[in-house]
Amino acid sequence: MTEQISKTQETLQSTEDPGVIQEVLDNNPEIKSLGNYEYGWSDSDDAGASAKRGVDQAVVEDISGKKDEPEWMLKMRKKGLKYFQRKPTPTWGADVSDIDFDNIKYFVRSTEGQAQTWEDLPEDIRNTYERLGIPEAERDRLVAGVAAQYESEVVYHQIREDLEEQGVIFMDTDTALKEHPEFFEEYFGSVIPVGDNKFAALNTAVWSGGSFVYVPKGVHVEIPLQAYFRINTENMGQFERTLIIADEDSYVHYIEGCTAPIYNTDSLHSAVVEIVAKKNARVRYTTIQNWSNNVYNLVTKRAVVEEGGTMEWIDGNIGSKVTMKYPAVYLTGEHARGETLSVAFAGEGQHQDTGSKMVHMAPNTSSSIVSKSVARSGGRASYRGLVQINENAHNSANSVICDALLVDTISKTDTYPYIDIREDDVTLGHEATVSKVSEDQLFYLMSRGLSETEAMAMIVRGFIEPIARELPMEYALELNSLIELQMEGSVG
Amino acid sequence: MSTLEIKDLHVSIETEQGTKEILKGVTVTISSGEIHAVMGPNGSGKSTLASTIAGHPRYEVTSGSITLDGQDVLEMDPDERAQAGMFLAMQYPVEVPGVTMTNFLRTAKTAIDGEAPKLRTWTKEVREAMEKLKIDADFASRNVNEGFSGGEKKRVEILQLELFKPKFAVLDETDSGLDIDALRVVSEGVNRAQSENNMGTLLITHYTRILNYIKPDYVHVFVDGRVAEQGGPQLADELEENGYDRFLAAV
Ligand SMILES: Nc1ncnc2c1ncn2[C@@H]1O[C@H](COP(=O)(O)OP(=O)(O)OP(=O)(O)O)[C@@H](O)[C@H]1O
Ligand SMILES: [Mg+2]
Repeated sequence: MTEQISKTQETLQSTEDPGVIQEVLDNNPEIKSLGNYEYGWSDSDDAGASAKRGVDQAVVEDISGKKDEPEWMLKMRKKGLKYFQRKPTPTWGADVSDIDFDNIKYFVRSTEGQAQTWEDLPEDIRNTYERLGIPEAERDRLVAGVAAQYESEVVYHQIREDLEEQGVIFMDTDTALKEHPEFFEEYFGSVIPVGDNKFAALNTAVWSGGSFVYVPKGVHVEIPLQAYFRINTENMGQFERTLIIADEDSYVHYIEGCTAPIYNTDSLHSAVVEIVAKKNARVRYTTIQNWSNNVYNLVTKRAVVEEGGTMEWIDGNIGSKVTMKYPAVYLTGEHARGETLSVAFAGEGQHQDTGSKMVHMAPNTSSSIVSKSVARSGGRASYRGLVQINENAHNSANSVICDALLVDTISKTDTYPYIDIREDDVTLGHEATVSKVSEDQLFYLMSRGLSETEAMAMIVRGFIEPIARELPMEYALELNSLIELQMEGSVG
Repeated sequence: MSTLEIKDLHVSIETEQGTKEILKGVTVTISSGEIHAVMGPNGSGKSTLASTIAGHPRYEVTSGSITLDGQDVLEMDPDERAQAGMFLAMQYPVEVPGVTMTNFLRTAKTAIDGEAPKLRTWTKEVREAMEKLKIDADFASRNVNEGFSGGEKKRVEILQLELFKPKFAVLDETDSGLDIDALRVVSEGVNRAQSENNMGTLLITHYTRILNYIKPDYVHVFVDGRVAEQGGPQLADELEENGYDRFLAAV
């Protein structure tokens, strides 16, 4: 089962020369600040100080009431709560037994209305975002529209006019539910059912914020849509809910990046992302998460792809204490294609349990999973993947490549590839490698003048290059700087 | 005018059978502009000498010294040695997946010089050096040594030699695996670096053929971890004719 599947090159928008990134860095020393997330800061916590801890029926009713939601959504939330309370905490995957659900704030309102421009934002919030470099990114028109999520609600939202003219809807989920209820009635919870898993159920019960995107038939959104998320309240869970619908023959690239300041106690991030790619539509969803190292990041992401459509998950996991995330693609129509590129960094005290799930439900469907992980300083990186090919999904093909790089001898990597094949006429390929940074590689680079840290960073960057090249420039730069920062901690 | 002095160097490695002494008192002095050829049988310790000069952590210096203009080289990490103007063209250059030659060369040049080269002149310099060494332009976007043939790897080592402009270079069997044309092209590269930068060179080889292109000032016969005899260029011819028997017998 080693047959290789050729990548559909035209679906990849890559940086031609990865060296270009270094070139840009070299020529613009100031740009480095864009990539360096500051881990250690946090703003004053006015909004979160008074929020209630724990979740029950009253909390759910309160959230729904404050949002002035339709009755059916409240019902859905209550159902979610029931499933959440009933389902046991998963015992497979990473250890999440330390989460104290009663000590988490499930809803924090940080500003009343929504701001229309940066100037409308409260000053401390603006400070936070300026440190994340968002206004610059805006000015540079790197983003097509920015939905900046602060605590539980989207406080800032803007969309470029030409997108609106094309009929593209890009807004926070709360507002979208009010303004475009028809999409929610049809699709909310249709890709990820309420009781899918404990954390998706919790999200359904207490969700707040997130992005809604609708791309009409035939519309290609040329520039990525971006949203930035941050948790800024101690012990506050963030439960954003994202719904993306790409109508027939459309294209959209959505980017989500997260950072969080460091707190003493554990935080929970449990998002749900539902995506519908209709006939011949293509959706790319890029995530770089850099949660602080006390966050439990338990996210359910799933896409349903119809005939001829393509879903691409690009998933970078750098931060968090524990991440469990397996972006899934359900290939429901012929010639549908799913692709996951995932990269995980596990440092001291971190467990990145990530992978992907591909479900082939129609003939002539194809999927590929490329997973790269780097473990250092005692961290643990696990690949967990499921490839399922249903009966009748003949002539379908999947390939899985998972490569792990160990930077030292105290770190750990493991793989859990599950396959469930109910059809004979399929092509499967699976390759897994574990490599160690070799003494000779380090010596070669050091004998060319690079310090041990630089040499290590270069090796690691090279290792994840196949994924970094798929990222938009500013994210690739960020990733580069983050790798450098991480290596500083692990060499010596 | 610089001097690289290796004095009574003893080097051991840790093996599964315990500590093994490989260099047993090596003394060589190289001055700027000089070419020293080192010839010796397989396993005599030539690469060990080369790696030790460059600071490979696997090799432990038990006694003796290496100094560069009086400065203690053994105190320096490999990167500091490179920054001090030392270069090793390796017998087995290492692959670095995912890192393009362009990126690697620029990063290394910046690290060695302590400042980034001016982009426009640098790009031109790289392109011209590649042309002279008959390295195809598409190597710039290939990953460091990945999938390079043996001879291509050696050319790329000499490309680095030309671009980094070291004061002293150790060339470990750079001629092995080169075809006849490549041998000439690579030798010319070494000679250019030699004359332009007044580089001192320690050239490890098994064959006198390369010495037709790169004229050594001294030839050292290396046997069993030490220099058995030192002489002029004619010593190489004697080796070519009679082999190492005379020296091995003395061990
Ligand atoms: N890691 C190691 N473990 C055991 N023995 C080693 C190791 N490294 C080197 N040696 C031994 O040290 C001796 C010297 O090796 P070295 O590579 O320096 O020889 P050389 O003169 O360069 O040989 P050649 O002409 O074949 O390149 C050899 O006997 C070799 O087997
Ligand atoms: Mg050798």
